[in-house]
Amino acid sequence: MQPHSFYRSLYRIRRTEEEVAKAYPTDKIKSPVHLSIGQEAVSVAVCEALRPEDTVFGTYRGHASYLAKGGGLKQMVAELYGKSGGCTKGKGGSMHLIDTSAGVMGTSAVVGTTIANAVGYACALKLRREKRVVVSFFGDGATEEGVFAESLNFAALKSLPIVFVCENNGYAIHTHQTKRQAVPRIAARAAAFGVVTHAFENDDVFEIHGNVREAVEAARSGTAGPFFFECPTYRWREHVGPNEDWHLGFRKPEDAQRWKDRDQVRVVGAMLSAEEREQIEAEVETEIREAFEFAENSPFPELSELGTHVFAGGPSNIPLRKAA
Amino acid sequence: MTATLTSPNGSKTARKPREAAVADGLDRTLSYVDAICEATDQEMGRDPSVIVFGLDVDDPKAIQGTTKGLVEKYGPERVFGTPLSEDAMTGVAIGMAQSGLRPIHVHIRMDFLMLAMNQLVNVAAKSSYMYGGQVSVPLVVRSMIGKSWGQGAQHSQGLYSFFMHVPGLKVVAPTTPYDAKGCLLAAIRDDNPVMYVEHRILHFQKGPVPEMDYTVPPGKARITAAGDDVTLVGISLMHLECLRAREYLRDLGIAAEIIDPIWLAPLDIDTICKSVRKTGRLCVVDNGWTTCGASAEIVAQVLERTQGQVDIRVQRLGFAPVTCPTAPNLEEQFYPNARTIAAAARNLIEGRQTGWLPNERPELRQIEFKGPF
Repeated sequence: MQPHSFYRSLYRIRRTEEEVAKAYPTDKIKSPVHLSIGQEAVSVAVCEALRPEDTVFGTYRGHASYLAKGGGLKQMVAELYGKSGGCTKGKGGSMHLIDTSAGVMGTSAVVGTTIANAVGYACALKLRREKRVVVSFFGDGATEEGVFAESLNFAALKSLPIVFVCENNGYAIHTHQTKRQAVPRIAARAAAFGVVTHAFENDDVFEIHGNVREAVEAARSGTAGPFFFECPTYRWREHVGPNEDWHLGFRKPEDAQRWKDRDQVRVVGAMLSAEEREQIEAEVETEIREAFEFAENSPFPELSELGTHVFAGGPSNIPLRKAA
Repeated sequence: MTATLTSPNGSKTARKPREAAVADGLDRTLSYVDAICEATDQEMGRDPSVIVFGLDVDDPKAIQGTTKGLVEKYGPERVFGTPLSEDAMTGVAIGMAQSGLRPIHVHIRMDFLMLAMNQLVNVAAKSSYMYGGQVSVPLVVRSMIGKSWGQGAQHSQGLYSFFMHVPGLKVVAPTTPYDAKGCLLAAIRDDNPVMYVEHRILHFQKGPVPEMDYTVPPGKARITAAGDDVTLVGISLMHLECLRAREYLRDLGIAAEIIDPIWLAPLDIDTICKSVRKTGRLCVVDNGWTTCGASAEIVAQVLERTQGQVDIRVQRLGFAPVTCPTAPNLEEQFYPNARTIAAAARNLIEGRQTGWLPNERPELRQIEFKGPF
């Protein structure tokens, strides 16, 4: 497996998120951001196993899967800036990124919601006999929502071409998994619904990738599915926002150090020659810089955009009352 | 004898009534149930992206007959029953719609939609807007409302105003077989989520339904009977009760104008306002609670548009502001009916509590609206 594309994707996400965090105190970013720093490996490992025509559904912590699947970087940053060049034209913000041209479906702020939507999308693919696969990304908290159970049951019942990927970072905001789940082994609970499951021990990019790719291709051929992967990971920064949150005391920096020591961005980068690595990094830095410039230069939406897209299918401007 | 008739497409023609009816396809009678089934069948035949699912959609009772024969004709991939999972299955319907299918999700009772609210309100209603127009959700959610017949609290509600409240949802409550077919065809073809509300008692109605393809598009109300003395707007089953109330009022020499809003969102407030400018008295009869209900919305909009122009009196009628009880004599009090509507209208006109309540005329139970549409 060639590490180049993996490294490019990992490095791109890490650096974009770092630049978002850096820009945040300037108040130019008009949206709460739930950063993927530390969790990139899961999205990259999975998305490298997908084809452009495959589809991913994600969460409000969705920057990594959006970028890893091929979502437009310029459009993402512009969206964070609330500009008309954003992927949702400034209407959705960080928690509602979408890029249908890259197979990235809209993310959602309510936990667990897109799991069911992903199952529906997979159901449609099967009905139309399309050789495409759906991946549903969600966190450990989502597996407590009733919709999780309902969705897995239906996906298994209909043998749908869907891969469920649980990014288990151990926390729902500040509350540890063991305080919320009677059976913390999430893969074991998923297996009860008739889904083929696998739980990883860490976030080794190539181990995850190999397993997921096998599942994706089996699902694509229609011979098996659905699949469920439990992927341990770790959120380096606070739940929402650019800073660290060790001062809150619900986690210890030593826990993070275990993950940072194995940081897949660094580990995969080390697999390349210095020359290859620097080449990739230089290209990515340019791409990121241009994306932030694009966001800066993009205008805010026209005021009339408040009333657009309430409905689809034709002119749908809602008449708005002007202030008296 | 000739008559000027308005055909469904709006054109007026002076023809013999029977000729006109045949030409417009209005010589054929169908029940509301069969009209729904026919609309679904015709559209599924025309458009392979249309699918139908929900609890018991493919079982022998076929949702009161509204899905009869569909699974046999179109197969179990396009017509299927589901697990008891209203939340996820609504999300599934949305995912299907976002991928380009046109799903019809059926619920035997609107009360059960409470389990689906997150997906309907937070995803379906908002997808087009929050995703900047990159996706649409061409979803139809059918659900039944109706008298509880002793089934009580959780089988009796008319909660459509919840959905009227949220931008991005359309809501329709057809009251005739003609509208049942036309509104369903319009709803399926609409690229947006449409809440299609059916009253169980209306299922039994029979009326003219053309076999041809036609739609009853959003945003147009119908004046089903003309009058100068009071405007009665009846939602869902209450439209029929208003038509019956009109007969009680006729005994007093009062001519009521009856309006069927048909689509609740978008709402044709202009037709209602035009009537109110003529009559000065508005009674809106809701098939739900009046607090924050559809009737409250209609009255508020009418007042905003006509205040200062017309000397207007308004009254909302709806369910008693309590949970629906099961004892039949209590339950009878819970709902408005033609007699209480007539009494309220008379009180409105006379500006006082008259204490009048007409004696029941059983023959009025036969009243159905048969056109012109």
